[in-house]
Amino acid sequence: MKHNIYLYILFSGLVSYIIRILPLTLIRKPIRSPFIRSFLYYVPYATLSVMTFPAIIQATEKPAAGIAALAIGIVLSLKGKSLPAVAAACCIAAFIVETLIGMI
Amino acid sequence: MHGIQDGLPICFGYFAVAFSLGIAMRNAGMNTLQGFLLSLFNLASAGEYADLQVIAEDAAYTEIILVTLIANARYLLMSASLSQRFSEKTAFIHRLFVGYGITDELFGIAIARPGYLHPYYYYGALSAAVPGWAFGTAAGILAGNVLPARIVSALSVALYGMFLAIIIPPARHDKATAAVVLSGFALSYFSSSLPIGAGMKTILFTIIIAAAASVIAPRKEEADEA
Repeated sequence: MKHNIYLYILFSGLVSYIIRILPLTLIRKPIRSPFIRSFLYYVPYATLSVMTFPAIIQATEKPAAGIAALAIGIVLSLKGKSLPAVAAACCIAAFIVETLIGMI
Repeated sequence: MHGIQDGLPICFGYFAVAFSLGIAMRNAGMNTLQGFLLSLFNLASAGEYADLQVIAEDAAYTEIILVTLIANARYLLMSASLSQRFSEKTAFIHRLFVGYGITDELFGIAIARPGYLHPYYYYGALSAAVPGWAFGTAAGILAGNVLPARIVSALSVALYGMFLAIIIPPARHDKATAAVVLSGFALSYFSSSLPIGAGMKTILFTIIIAAAASVIAPRKEEADEA
């Protein structure tokens, strides 16, 4: 190792922190532009949907388990269940399906 | 208290994901303390995965700066979005602390709450989630592959389940939001084979989809408070 791992950690940590606080500290007033307001409103939904699918299917050992978790998650979310309830149900669904596949 | 409550499932989800991250760090030659610190300072899954590849290759310091910037660029967008949820009366210092805690999941539960953001709600969630992430990483490096793969596998979908619980309910009531979510799923799915990193993809598609939606279906002032 030519490089110091602690320096790597320091640099990456600094970059991560600066990225996070710059907009938050620089933008103090409500934004009036309808485009920017709309853009900021849609950003999290776009980001989270891009990151959820197909990642949920690739996260499990067997894709079928991920598909089961996805289906259960969508159904329970539509029914308005709480975040922890949906998360737990997804884990249980994935576990059951993987156990079933393991028994075959 | 609500913050801690909502932060607990994130804590468990983080622990599972950080655990597998820890295993990868061990393979990259990092020790328990280094993994713990990397997770504590970065609090970012994709960013840390990218970092540990740079570390394993013993690459230049500039490379870790660039790769962290790209993998975490979405936090810039989230930070800008969150700036709109702060009351103008909220003390400046809160912005410095809440900023540290901008992650996909914590941001997700924060925007799911109506009205102005209460910093203490955020701190509650943060205080539950950060130990899960940092100690999960350390545990992964220490324990390696002791935990059965099936358990890790099942726990890893917890985060995605939470994402669904955040994006699906508003999509049910608003067609434009539903279109955004479906476009996100579709673009992400059909680009699976393209040689672009996950972080880069998230940045590109987020900007494309959110910009398109803003042009086609601009939000009305009061609708954003819902």
